[in-house]
Formats: sequence, structure tokens, C-alpha cells
Amino acid sequence: MTPIRKKRLFLIGLMVAGIAVATTFALNAFNDNLMFFFSPTEVVAGEAPKGHPFRIGGLVTVNSVKRQEDGLTVQFNLTDNADDVTIQYTGILPDLFREGQGIIAMGQLRDDGVFVASEVLAKHDENYMPPEVASALKTAHDEGIRKQGESLQ
Amino acid sequence: MIVRFFHQMASPQYFYRISGRLVPWFMVPCALLMLAGLYGGLILAPPDYQQGDSYRIIFIHVPSAWMSLFIYVVMAAAGVIGLVWRIKLAEVVAISSAPIGASFTFLALLTGSLWGKPMWGAWWVWDARLTSELILLFLYLGVISLYGAIEDKRVAGRAVAILALVGVVNIPIIHYSVEWWNTLHQGATIAKFDKPSIHMSMLVPLLLMALSFKLFYAAVVLMRARCEVLERERNSRWVQSLVEPQT
Repeated sequence: MTPIRKKRLFLIGLMVAGIAVATTFALNAFNDNLMFFFSPTEVVAGEAPKGHPFRIGGLVTVNSVKRQEDGLTVQFNLTDNADDVTIQYTGILPDLFREGQGIIAMGQLRDDGVFVASEVLAKHDENYMPPEVASALKTAHDEGIRKQGESLQ
Repeated sequence: MIVRFFHQMASPQYFYRISGRLVPWFMVPCALLMLAGLYGGLILAPPDYQQGDSYRIIFIHVPSAWMSLFIYVVMAAAGVIGLVWRIKLAEVVAISSAPIGASFTFLALLTGSLWGKPMWGAWWVWDARLTSELILLFLYLGVISLYGAIEDKRVAGRAVAILALVGVVNIPIIHYSVEWWNTLHQGATIAKFDKPSIHMSMLVPLLLMALSFKLFYAAVVLMRARCEVLERERNSRWVQSLVEPQT
């Protein structure tokens, strides 16, 4: 490599490194704003903004979904397996909404600690499988829990 | 030997001759793989346990998103070669890649949006993955318009290479966005080797489609580069002799 080419390559390397460092600092500074949602633990701990809307994400607690009489308002608990937050939402839920499913709700905390959502989004996980495989996995899982229960007795 | 090969490839005239012969060798396997991938993905693969048939957009969405990143890296690498070694052909490859990359980025955003409405409940959200991919589209568009705005194509090639290099910092951000921040977009399905997150019957057509998209890019970038070479070398004797009737 001729000296002039070496110099050019070095300058390019320097430029890319400089931009990378600057971007890292910028992203670190805006880290909180880049978080798409807060977890129930953070909300319970009072880290979420009060008085203006934010997003909360977690799993819908099994057997917690209750429909009100008007047929549209739904109340359920959102958990991250540490803390729970009660969510209230009026509107149409997305296809993937079900108990045990990850969701993200946009809305505001009421004074009594209930989160009133104006929008509910379903968060999909990265697993793809045919229905037969899913049911086989579930059967095996339940079997495993049953066996574990037996061995404990 | 290898050095001689590269020197030959870098000569526009030689490149023009060889690439013309190469294009069908990429196009035909591309078409075959795409047919196989679409048949496997749309007909053979079973529906997903949660999403039903809607997940089938994965066979276009994921390969497009991969290509949008891959082409950007190729463009930036070609840009560096053009800047350091002043090889004209590298500049040609870089600028020929930009519209293809922009198309794949647009396709990834569009298919993702179509899937997002029924599955997430929103066409668009400003989460880290979606936003950084949108920035990638703007980078591609910036490269294309910067190249178009400068009259002298040698200068334009260098300017474009610098812009592409500035944007290269966005590539790891897109890739790791789903790990670094809480996003609505799900994590990577394929890029982990501990356990497969996707069933074999869906993985195989997905990989076929990905390979087919790669070959498509290879064929189209060669075709675009041939046009660009002809235009840049229009005053040289070998191009003149191509256009003029043989006597």
C-alpha cells in the first residue's frame, strides 16, 4: 500500500470511529427517551412520569381479564412477574391480545393507581411454529409440572 | 494472480464484457429459488400457532430487511475502496447499489406496516427498530439525491462514499435496537444459534427466499453497474465501437 493510500484509509477510519463515539454518547444521553415502554415494576416504584401519558409493557396476568357490562371496557392486570398494574381500556383489542401474552398499553396513571389506556398494542415474540407443535409443547410442559408436583408430595 | 484478476476486473471494459455474461447465471437461480421459496412458504408451510396465516409476510419482510442492511454494508465498503484506491468501478458499484437498497428498505417498512396493523394494532410506532430502519431509508435517498446533484461524477462518487460511511454507524444500531432498548418489534428469530425459534418447515422457505433475494441483488447491481459504466465511459473508444455499426 502506498503511503498516500495508507493516509486516506487512516483518515476514513478516524472519521468512522469519531462518528461512532459521538453516536454512542448521544444514544446514551437519550437512553430513557428511546425506551418504548416502562415495566410494571418501574411504574409501581414511581419512576414513570406522572400527569402525562406514557407506555407500559408486560404480560397480561392469567385469569385477570374482566369485561364490563358495556361490552367494550376491559380491565386486566399487567405483570412483569415482580409487580402488577391494573389496566383499564375501552376499545377494540388487537388479534394477539390474550392472557399470558405480552402487550404494550399507552395511557395515563389515575390517582388510585389504575392505568387508563387509550391504546393497546400486542407485542409478538420471536417464536414461530405450527399449531400442532405448540400444543405438543404445552402438553409436555403441563406433564412436566404435574410430575414435579408428584415428586414434591 | 489474484491481484492481476482484480486489476482486470477493475478495468471498465473488461467488467462490461464479463458482467454481461454473469447476469443470467444469477437471474435464473434467483427465479428458481424464489419459486421454491414462495411455494414452500405460502403453500407447504403450516399456519402459525398464534398468528395464523398472517405470519406469512415474514417470507418477504425478513429477507427484505436483511438485504436493506447487507446492501448498505456493500455500498459503504465499495465506497471505502473507491476513496482509498481510487478504483472507478468501486464507485460505480456503490452508487448502483443505492436504489436497490432503498427499494428493499421500503419493502421491509411497507410489509412490516401491513403486518403490524392486525397483529400489533398499529400501522406504525416510533420504537427504536422502526425508527432506525426509517433513517436507513433516508440515508439511501440522501445518497441517491447527492449523487444526482453533483455534475462531475468522479466528485459525486467520492461525496456519496463519505455520506455512506457516515451512515454506516446506523447499521449496528438497527441490528441491536431490539436488544438495547424496549421495543414493540420482536427480537431476532434466526440470528441466534442456541435454539431455533422458528419451525423447520417455516425456516427452510425463509432461507430460500433470503438466498433468492441475494442473487436478485447480484444480478440487478451488475445490470445497473453496466449502464453506469457505459455512461461514464461514453467518450472512450471501446464504448464508441459498441454503439457504432460494425464495418
